[in-house]
Amino acid sequence: MLRVLPWAYLALALAFIYLPVAVLVLFSFQGGALPVPPFDGPSGQWYAEVLSDEDLVGALWRSVAVAAGSAALAVALGFGAALGLARHVLPGALAVRALLIAPLTVSYLIVGLGLLILFQRLGLGPSLWAVGVGHVVINLPLAFAILYAAMGAEQERAEQAARDLGAGEAQVIVLVTLPMLAPALLAAFFLSVTLSWDEFIIAFLLSRFDVTLPVEIWSLLRSGLSPRLNAIGSVVFLVSVAAVLLVEALLLRRRRA
Amino acid sequence: MSAPGAVALTGIAHRFGGATALTGVDLGIAAGEYVTLLGPSGCGKTTLLNVLGGFLRPDAGSVRIGAEDVTDRPAARRPTATVFQDYALFPHMTLAENVAFGLRMAGMGRGARRARAEEMLALVGLGGLGANRPHMLSGGQRQRVALARALAVQPAVLLLDEPLGALDLKLRRAMQDELKTIHRQLGTTFVHVTHDQEEAMAIADRIVVMNAGQIEDDGPPERVYRKPATLFAAGFMGEMNRIPGEAQGGKLETAFGVVPADGAGRHVLCLRPEAVGPGRTGLQIGPAKVRDAAFFGTYIRAHLEPRAAPGLILVAHLPPGPVPTEGAEMDLGADMSDLNIYREP
Amino acid sequence: MDQDRRRGWALTGPALVWTVAFFVVPFLVMAAMSLATLEGRELVWELSFANYGELAEKAYLARAIQVSLEITLTVTVISVLLAYPLAWVVAFHIPPRWQRLALVLAILPFWTSYVVRSYAWLLVLAREGVVNQTLMGLGLISEPVTLANTRLATVTGFVHFFVMLLTLTIYANLVRLSPNYARAAADLGAGPVATFRHVILPLTLPGVVTGAFLTFVLCIGDYVTPQILGGNTELTVPQVIMVQLGRRADFPLASALALVLMAIVTLAYLASARWLRLDRV
Repeated sequence: MLRVLPWAYLALALAFIYLPVAVLVLFSFQGGALPVPPFDGPSGQWYAEVLSDEDLVGALWRSVAVAAGSAALAVALGFGAALGLARHVLPGALAVRALLIAPLTVSYLIVGLGLLILFQRLGLGPSLWAVGVGHVVINLPLAFAILYAAMGAEQERAEQAARDLGAGEAQVIVLVTLPMLAPALLAAFFLSVTLSWDEFIIAFLLSRFDVTLPVEIWSLLRSGLSPRLNAIGSVVFLVSVAAVLLVEALLLRRRRA
Repeated sequence: MSAPGAVALTGIAHRFGGATALTGVDLGIAAGEYVTLLGPSGCGKTTLLNVLGGFLRPDAGSVRIGAEDVTDRPAARRPTATVFQDYALFPHMTLAENVAFGLRMAGMGRGARRARAEEMLALVGLGGLGANRPHMLSGGQRQRVALARALAVQPAVLLLDEPLGALDLKLRRAMQDELKTIHRQLGTTFVHVTHDQEEAMAIADRIVVMNAGQIEDDGPPERVYRKPATLFAAGFMGEMNRIPGEAQGGKLETAFGVVPADGAGRHVLCLRPEAVGPGRTGLQIGPAKVRDAAFFGTYIRAHLEPRAAPGLILVAHLPPGPVPTEGAEMDLGADMSDLNIYREP
Repeated sequence: MDQDRRRGWALTGPALVWTVAFFVVPFLVMAAMSLATLEGRELVWELSFANYGELAEKAYLARAIQVSLEITLTVTVISVLLAYPLAWVVAFHIPPRWQRLALVLAILPFWTSYVVRSYAWLLVLAREGVVNQTLMGLGLISEPVTLANTRLATVTGFVHFFVMLLTLTIYANLVRLSPNYARAAADLGAGPVATFRHVILPLTLPGVVTGAFLTFVLCIGDYVTPQILGGNTELTVPQVIMVQLGRRADFPLASALALVLMAIVTLAYLASARWLRLDRV
């Protein structure tokens, strides 16, 4: 009895965790117009409908663009800051680190609201660019933290060894620092992509017409339950899961190396 | 003084924040010498190596290598190469790429680089493994790659920072022999930091004993072991019996009689365990009771209580033979030439 | 030395400038905004604490703070209680080489977009949804129960998300524990319960508190889950903020509420700072 208990708990917990996902995906193949039991599929009509919906596909591409762009910028900024703070003695380094990490402890809603007010004061209207700026703000701390943690003593010694063997500063970065950090850089990038891709509230506050996918889904929600939403949701989930598994594989490879 | 591998450190001083790491160190090394910097952790030996390698700019003093003053030059532009304690191999490069890295930085062509890397790997006994990556190697093999990588640039001075610290005892012995062989083959100056006095004696032409940012002793291993310059050096080079005494008028009075000595006041008479034994004349320790004794292969290690000095316990390495029983008595002595006398600090 | 410093600032500078321009400055502007007032449609820039005064005067604002706190605390406690055993099973009952995989699979739905996740719960809890149909099929109820658009639905949606987050942080703490702690305790005569209470729990407490703090921060600031699942029967602070923005464009009041939210988070931080290890999440 006692030996079964842990496994029973695991099974129950997994059932709870996967229940909404299973329902979401299952009823995306629903035949009828309502995503509730009984299941009368499978049918691919909702996916076909979603993929031919120009608004949705447009939002999807905007989400991809914002995610990729903001993640790339966040990783570039985070890399510079991590290198600067890990390899150079700067006065007030502790305060700088704290400031760079600070956005992590503030709700996205507040980050978005602050930017909305600032942009309004500056006379800048809502746009996809504003959303990108907001997403860099929330992803920069993560990228910085991941890269800073990866620049440990082992890596510093390797950089020193390269200098000892005659490498200049640029050569050290290109030939040693960047290749050694590659897994961490990719992990930071894909984590940022995932968070930006899923982010709703900042995108909702800072965009108007050129919305991202989560905002488009939000507005579709108002028209009630529909297998169409299940189909979109399943696609979004699939993309996120692919990115997460990619990160996982990269980190795993790094640990083995 | 102008041979390319000669080193002259003059008045090197450095502080880390409030902590003093080096206090005015002067050290000259002849070209082709194998020198070990020996001392406990925190004594400044690694700091001194970093100053020599160009990883640290000292607060004061100058560094000359060969004919040139290199004090202001960074590591990349010094004729030194370092074997790091944790090897610091580039994990994303093959062994051959690791070894060829310095040559690549020097602008050597790909073909020549590859040939030289293969040659260096062969020198350290890893010939033919150039295509492997560091994580596939054992600790001892990584150590060899680090050595080959540093030697590939043909440095005038090779710096080794506790290079054998991570290896087990057997492997460490083997690598010590190998380092010595390679040193003899190449004739490069080697400066090797360690905290293990046996390692220092096993490989070095010359041992520099350091403590608290200063040089305590400097000389050939045998001299430093037998006639250490200071009490600290005596203690660090191996186990010691310390016999207290009072000096006056050219003599030192101890519980075991009077020996000639300069100075006045409290002094310590030091005696290595192997210098204590039965049937020796010079210093008469007299009858002593065996407290315990154990067989160590080439000697018998015993703790002895001399009757003349109650409370004092001597350690002796006796010649192999039957192990004396507890409580047995023996008549002990020591040769005058084995005595070292230091002022009590 | 000087060159080293210049290089360091050149590398750190861009990130620093970005954070100041798009995080610190907006925050300051928002703080200033919370001291302005809205008269009709016009912003009046006179320093006034009127917006904060409204928190005491208008019952629905105080009520929102209360609702937010109740929901957040409930969610945090339930999530910890559910996640700890789950992390325990993964850490101590699954063979080490499968643990990483098991963990990734257990928290995969964590990565669903939260709009989609909340929608999925709406499907599950709807009147015609899976839960009601199953219960009726089993004969446990004769007609559908109202599950969606209630606080229960909001809490369920939140707990679902945070159980995964907490499982991750608690697991990370459990596997870092040397098994010798438990062995030593057992060796010294402690039974399983005493070992857990006096050894394992205190050692894993920093991880639990860190996870709970993150849960608190993310939960109290979330707009989507209560908006989709809770309906409009009771509003949380983020919902009220969005109402101010949408219906009335009352930025000053919204800003004041945002600052109140931050103050609550700061208090939570101070309360748990003793055990927090934010650098080791």
